[in-house]
Amino acid sequence: MKKGKAFTRRDFLKGFGSGTLGAALAPKLLAQNAGSVQTKEGEVPVYSSKKISFTLNGKKLTLVVEPQETLLDVIREKLNLTGAKKICDRGECGGCTVLLDGKPVYACMYLAIRAEGATIQTVEGLADEDKLQPLQQAFIDYDAYQCGFCTSGFLMTSSAFLKKNARPSHEEIKKALSGNICRCGNYTKIYQAIAEAAKMGRP
Amino acid sequence: MTKKDYKYPLEESDLWYEKFASEQPKHPQESPPADPQKTFKIIGQYTKRIDGEKIVTGKAPYTQDIKLRGMLTGKILRSPHAKAEIVSVDLSAAENLPGVYGAIRMNQGNIQYAGQLVAAVAAKDEKTAEKAMGLIQVEYKPLPFVVNEDKASEEGAPQVHDKRPNVEERRGYSRGNVEDGFQKADFVIERTYKTAIEIHHPTETHSSIAMWRGNRLTIWDSTQAIHAVRDGLARVLQIPATRITVIKKYMGGGFGSKLSLNEQTVAAALLAQKTGRPVKILLSRKENSLCVGNRPSTFQTYKGGVKKDGTITALRLLSHTSGGIRGGDRTSEPMIDVYKCENAHVEDYNIYMNTGPAKATRAPGLVQGTLGFEGFMDELANEIGMDPLTFRKLNYTTKNRGGTGIPYSSKGLDKAYEMGAKEIGWHKRNRVPGAGTGRIRRGIGMAGGIWWGAGVPGTLSDIKIHPDGSVEAICGTQDIGCGTRTYMATITAETLGLSPKDITVKLGNSDYPWAPISGGSLTTPSVAPATRDAALKAAEYLKELAASKLKVPASQVDCADKKFFASGNPENAVPFQDVCSGLSHETVFHGERKGLPDGYAYNTFGAHFAEVEVDTLTGKIRVIKMVAVQDSGRIINKQTAESQVIGGVTQGLSTALFEQRIMDNETGRMVNPNLRDYKIATSMDIPKIVPLFVDLIDPRINILGTKGLGEPPRIPSSAVIANAVYNAIGVHIREIPMTPDKVLQAIKDKEVAR
Repeated sequence: MKKGKAFTRRDFLKGFGSGTLGAALAPKLLAQNAGSVQTKEGEVPVYSSKKISFTLNGKKLTLVVEPQETLLDVIREKLNLTGAKKICDRGECGGCTVLLDGKPVYACMYLAIRAEGATIQTVEGLADEDKLQPLQQAFIDYDAYQCGFCTSGFLMTSSAFLKKNARPSHEEIKKALSGNICRCGNYTKIYQAIAEAAKMGRP
Repeated sequence: MTKKDYKYPLEESDLWYEKFASEQPKHPQESPPADPQKTFKIIGQYTKRIDGEKIVTGKAPYTQDIKLRGMLTGKILRSPHAKAEIVSVDLSAAENLPGVYGAIRMNQGNIQYAGQLVAAVAAKDEKTAEKAMGLIQVEYKPLPFVVNEDKASEEGAPQVHDKRPNVEERRGYSRGNVEDGFQKADFVIERTYKTAIEIHHPTETHSSIAMWRGNRLTIWDSTQAIHAVRDGLARVLQIPATRITVIKKYMGGGFGSKLSLNEQTVAAALLAQKTGRPVKILLSRKENSLCVGNRPSTFQTYKGGVKKDGTITALRLLSHTSGGIRGGDRTSEPMIDVYKCENAHVEDYNIYMNTGPAKATRAPGLVQGTLGFEGFMDELANEIGMDPLTFRKLNYTTKNRGGTGIPYSSKGLDKAYEMGAKEIGWHKRNRVPGAGTGRIRRGIGMAGGIWWGAGVPGTLSDIKIHPDGSVEAICGTQDIGCGTRTYMATITAETLGLSPKDITVKLGNSDYPWAPISGGSLTTPSVAPATRDAALKAAEYLKELAASKLKVPASQVDCADKKFFASGNPENAVPFQDVCSGLSHETVFHGERKGLPDGYAYNTFGAHFAEVEVDTLTGKIRVIKMVAVQDSGRIINKQTAESQVIGGVTQGLSTALFEQRIMDNETGRMVNPNLRDYKIATSMDIPKIVPLFVDLIDPRINILGTKGLGEPPRIPSSAVIANAVYNAIGVHIREIPMTPDKVLQAIKDKEVAR
């Protein structure tokens, strides 16, 4: 997916590769009708919805979110980026990890309204145009997944980790991944992939 | 659609894996590999997954990622009671909520476990569906229930099924005379091993999308079994199977919980029919904990007689198992089959209780049975003061049923013993279990394993060659993460002299040629030979076409590097594409996985070794290294096979140390239906894991000499840790998960016994 026009319906369809799925829900979300409920004096203000702006995979956007909506739901359901997965929906597995201002967060535990002004990166934003990052290539080369469902979470966690620690030890890699669950149990190969990506990233 | 009473839970054929193993339909016999020792260029090497880029860019479409125009969100209302009569269900308030498109009652019977489905709604979004669920009025009459195996077995316990006792005998097994055998023994010991109920917890919760167009139903399902889902739906909905197409593109793990039609698929189909719109249902993690299956608990009491020289004179097993409201697992296979013994006897009982129905869980019965019996083997060896590995080698057999049956077509377990013992450093183990001193005790253990994994005769696969030279491999199988897509491409490429990336693989659609469920380690030994068969036919046809261009007989044409060439004269060559251009239209070649020659037992084997540390102060077990040596015949792709083995070992470690469903006796509910309280091994628990393959090519199982690999690495991987802990502290824990409390208790009991 190209940066800069990540949210058109056409690109979304292209994202499915075959394009045989028929149609997608057109995102009617870049709407303007943001508004807070009028409150009387002394009452706690209740927002029915709120207009927020953030940068997602290099693209600035403004959209209306409801106060109870998680960042994960907004990214998946409103922005149609489905790389981050809904697995436990309560911050136990790391499958929905995205980078928020460079730090890994569980998108299922992060309310979208808090993302005002933030810079967010999802797995769709990792590759540079069509060029995979060394980390992504290493995941393929070392077969660092089986079913692939937890992979985007592991990629985002380890991507942030390698930026912080370019020459990690084996123990440091293990610890960095302790917030992510791979039920297929392929950790051994994930360690190898990250170690290799770290090597490739060295000057 | 006619109104009918849908009975839930859905019926599931009992013990499908035994059926596949023992009641193979008669098919034309498979011709053995032309040259069993043949080496290939790509097959057997490390091939990267052809769909890797889709995975690492987040573009692979899993069921939860698929959206259709006008699609509704479905939700299922479930019973909070473990047993109850449903007095009434009133859907009207939910149906009248704006944004709700339909609600249906899903259960005409009574409630048998907490979490059983009652009704389902479809609404414009998740929020509205949730709200509608709260508006469904259900009146229950709660009834006495039981959710604990011991309590269910007591006299006067609430009866789970109307027409069955809570403790129900099922088919046993007997050969020889065990009482005579015990008489001949120098030592007779009896030990009981227990295993807890385990939840599959695939990362992707069960999900389905249903869409009707006229009388045709299309399902996108998170499933290991597209054809079984189609056929199951046809039965439940009472429509012809030909009107249903089931599609599975990518799936986030199943481990057995997605092996047949699940209730959410039925609910989605019914709601889609009622509302006239596509409906998606995505189960929550909690629902995944309660309602989509589990690995049954087991209680295995072994009695064994052994002579001082290591001869096993008799083995007896009394097995109890609970799969909740459904039957449990059979644990007896390791004891019946693996080691030489003339006298064996098994008594087997189900225990029913008001908990969610069991479903096959990666190596059903064998994980538990191996934990029990391989533990017992170590204790028998200790009784006569013999090295456990020597004891196993002494009782090695090349015939099944403990040496009393038919020969194994191939058995590389002896080689696996050697390879594993060398890699772990078997000589470093404590000669006497528990011989070490100090707070931290080290130990080394091993365990063997057996499984079926011959594949299913009748599996079909097509190769389609286009005049422009493009090639498709098509099979109605499913890639559940094991690399099926990639090896279909590998085999096709190898046979046609292409590279795996040149092949377009089509799978995961029930309109494609039939293949079995992806479970029971069936997929590779079914799909791989069928694909090879089709590709060989395609190659033969294309070689005929090439022969005329090369001016040599077709028998002297080879293919490699996208070329056909005269054997021994690579200069005389014609590009693959040029040969294909001789086709007047796309041409399909049908391949089939044929029957198995009679008179042999087809099994896979493995031997695992582990080194552990036990902290005798805290009771914590740390696994340092695990070695898994597998005999699964020819390995098609080492890259994905290694992952499969590493995964099996990791899951086995998790089962051995952490995993257990915990029920509350007072409320009848599960108290840990999430990923925080239900413990699974994660990064910090992972030891060094070494996957190895015996590479013994089976001479007759199929044209590639390959066997299944899904289950085998999962089988000894829990038992091996228990045996290593035994070697470390000198007392066998005999119960998994081996949580610190059990370890400390075992150490204390041992000290008291002294």
